[in-house]
Amino acid sequence: MRYLPLSDGDRASMLASIGAPSIDALFADVPEAARLAGAIEDLPLHASELSVERQLKAMASKNLVAGESPFFIGCGAYRHHIPASVDHIIQRGEFLTSYTPYQPEIAQGTLQVLFEFQSQVARLYGCDVANASMYDGSTACWEAIGMARRITKRSKAILSAGLHPHYVSLCNTMAKFTGDTLVTSLPSLTDGAPGNDMAALLSAIDSQTSCVVVQNPNILGHVADLSELADACHAKGALLVAVVTEPVALGAIKSPGEMGADIVVGEGQSIGVGLNFGGPYVGLFACSEKYVRQMPGRLCGETVDAAGQRGYVLTLSTREQHIRREKATSNICTNAGLCALAFTIHMSLLGEAGLRKLASINHARAVLAAERLAAVPGVELVNGAFFNEFTLRLSQEARPVIRTLAKQGILGGVALGRLYPGVDALANGLVVAVTETTSEDDVEQLAGALEEALA
Amino acid sequence: MTINPSGWRPEHALAANDGPADGGTFTGNRALMLEEKLIFEIGDTESCGVDFDDVPEVASRLGGLERAAPMGIPGLSEPETVRHYTRLSRQNYAIDLGLFPLGSCTMKHNPRLNERMARLPGFADVHPLQPAETVQGAYELIHVLGEWLIKLTGMNSVAMSPKAGAHGELCGLLAIRSALEARGDARKVVLVPESAHGTNPATAAFCGYSVETIPATKAGRVDRAALEARLGPDVAAVMITNPNTCGLFEREMVEICEAVHAVGALVYCDGANFNAIVGRVRPGDLGIDAMHINLHKTFSTPHGGGGPGAGPVVFSEALSPFAPLPFVEKTGETYSLVEEETADEDHSKSFGRMAAFHGQMGMFTRAASYMMSHGADGLRQVAEDAVLNANYVLRQLEDVLDAPFGDSGPCMHEALFSDDGLANGLSTMDIAKGLIDEGFHPMTMYFPLVVHGAMLIEPTETESKASLDQFIGALRSVASRASAGDLTLKSAPFYAPRRRLDETGAARKPILTWRDPA
Repeated sequence: MRYLPLSDGDRASMLASIGAPSIDALFADVPEAARLAGAIEDLPLHASELSVERQLKAMASKNLVAGESPFFIGCGAYRHHIPASVDHIIQRGEFLTSYTPYQPEIAQGTLQVLFEFQSQVARLYGCDVANASMYDGSTACWEAIGMARRITKRSKAILSAGLHPHYVSLCNTMAKFTGDTLVTSLPSLTDGAPGNDMAALLSAIDSQTSCVVVQNPNILGHVADLSELADACHAKGALLVAVVTEPVALGAIKSPGEMGADIVVGEGQSIGVGLNFGGPYVGLFACSEKYVRQMPGRLCGETVDAAGQRGYVLTLSTREQHIRREKATSNICTNAGLCALAFTIHMSLLGEAGLRKLASINHARAVLAAERLAAVPGVELVNGAFFNEFTLRLSQEARPVIRTLAKQGILGGVALGRLYPGVDALANGLVVAVTETTSEDDVEQLAGALEEALA
Repeated sequence: MTINPSGWRPEHALAANDGPADGGTFTGNRALMLEEKLIFEIGDTESCGVDFDDVPEVASRLGGLERAAPMGIPGLSEPETVRHYTRLSRQNYAIDLGLFPLGSCTMKHNPRLNERMARLPGFADVHPLQPAETVQGAYELIHVLGEWLIKLTGMNSVAMSPKAGAHGELCGLLAIRSALEARGDARKVVLVPESAHGTNPATAAFCGYSVETIPATKAGRVDRAALEARLGPDVAAVMITNPNTCGLFEREMVEICEAVHAVGALVYCDGANFNAIVGRVRPGDLGIDAMHINLHKTFSTPHGGGGPGAGPVVFSEALSPFAPLPFVEKTGETYSLVEEETADEDHSKSFGRMAAFHGQMGMFTRAASYMMSHGADGLRQVAEDAVLNANYVLRQLEDVLDAPFGDSGPCMHEALFSDDGLANGLSTMDIAKGLIDEGFHPMTMYFPLVVHGAMLIEPTETESKASLDQFIGALRSVASRASAGDLTLKSAPFYAPRRRLDETGAARKPILTWRDPA
């Protein structure tokens, strides 16, 4: 077998040197009834590289690939162009096949990257500090709610109607077990500001509120000013947690930190990572410096070595599970290191100028697409303000329309019926994402297909 | 024509002091060991390594929220970016460079076929919210991998969405708590052996349990008598790692599971060490109720400097109805995704969603590629070679390092040593740093907590005998120096990109992000 270097001769001589009569003798502690006599039946035997490639390619070929179709799906994961050099560098064995940097003298590569990553994320979000990554945006969102509970010693979190429904679903799951109270509501297709519930949030904050969680741009693409909400939270001793599922947006719109958010979390997948059918992604997590000791996850910090040279280490680990065990701020251990590397490289290729340019292209293409699609009979644009994603109200239920489009090879967006099953008021809603990868021809194809489907 | 016109030949070995008089260089570099500043020191906010296509000007629809203030995120051209990160990469140790014996971490070779397969556009460039008809092959891959995991573990079902081992633990405990609450049983305590990974107690606390510790016996296994004495109607679950973190198989696992079940509690098995038994033992045959599988350990998906991982959880029949959403279901030849809306009566007991989408697809592809390559026969050989390599290391070193459980029978996939016998003033840390100078990544240090100054060595099955012999030789040399009181080890490493780093200072005044010089 190509991955196993030992020869039968090696095995025999090693057994002899150990003083074991056979391999079976090394498994003597396994209860007899649980010892398997041979290879597990009903599973295939070993296969060549060529054979494995053929089998997996056959599965892969059954899928409709985003890059080979007019593609408009977003809602928490976005298709962007990733420069070739990103994927090249993350495949270097020194990065790919290293571990969490527990031995900093021989992990300065990973550690310096994490320091750069933390610095980039903090600046992108407009916060003081950021951690070395979480699993994804959704799990980071729950961790932020837990962190707000620890800081405020209150356990009622108010979730905006515009928060991604899968994030809400995850928070509901966790709150069942932790005893947190979550106040949730459904978004509406309010003209001009879909999913915006600012007035309701402002009036809901009270002296029991640990935090308000608001997504910007929200699940329906609406972009809002969070400043007033931040002030209202602070007036009641609550924190503002902002969620960003599309980091490219922050190349164009004010960061949540600038608008007063205390904790900013989100999905980093748009920068460097790719769609990957849902994972692995990279969770971003940033906050004000004063809360850093309540943060979950790994943190990389600057220090010096014995010779006085600058270097980096994992730090403040007394927050973490391997030291604090049941008193840790989180149970997270493995995070999303390699995806954080991809994010960092892509962000370094872009720089501020490139990020702003990328964001402006996304916005321009989205504005043009929104205008074109709104001209289709039976289609209305719901949003006033948006970045690269907006909601359309169709003259009929959107889910069957999306299926019809998919049969023509067009991935036309996310029908709100998929995200909010059984909610009649949202059934005609269609969320459309447009990025720099979306061509004018793609938009024309979608417009034409929509016109046909709605006729 | 000659490439060496001076005709110079090495006639004598250079003396140690033949280098530059001040011991340094103008650049701070030492040949291939290259210093590299931060992106914030070499880049600027105007530079960019990406070219864009032009788009027409449009009137902004950002609602007056344009980001006006500078962000301060530096960029570089493509060649500079590639060089920057390539230079940084060379300051890392990696499996590709040598043996990486971190106990409990299973740092095995990462086959590059897996990387190629994960990048097939049909897997990598598909969106999690695409209509089911357009992603049948992706669902199929998840289903096929799940079937492998179920058969290899002898369990009833599998949840694929957990994103790492600790997330899998969370998944398992949430299912356990849901099952108990479904029968109106609000138990509050989770028992964890003292040798457990830190994630176990952290996870139990994270989902609302109080945690109590069960001691280990002198032989390094769970103290069954102490465990049984503590079992009672308030105990929800016991979390057990098997093989355990002392590198030993829990001989009494079947009896322990029976005792736990007898009081109405459930058994969670931490599957971090599954590599030792894959293909030789099915944990389901031992009586457990839930176990996570670190695809980034046993099934060779790369660790990537700290993730991403994937932690699917297998369940017994008793826990299967409580598994999280969403999951892939096969009906005839068609695959579908069971989500909140489609969870019919069969799945109405599910504890809910624990991540936005349906799991770490990129890791699934890699793990599937690895499993299909090895097959059932190869995976069995994996466990055998992993255990053989660890026992070889254990027996080749126990005369120079204290093996506290050396008499407890063969070890499984990792060999555990203590700091007993090191000279005064020398510690496990010094041995680890000495190993760095020998060109190896150190073993896991100071874990498990049941052994003083623990050194936990997991060589894995992808090391050749020659590689093991070189590592053993190096560790024997360092251990002998430590026993003999060689205090130069206190200053090691000497040859790494950095000397020992001041971790205390880093924590006292944390500098976590770049600050522009005033």
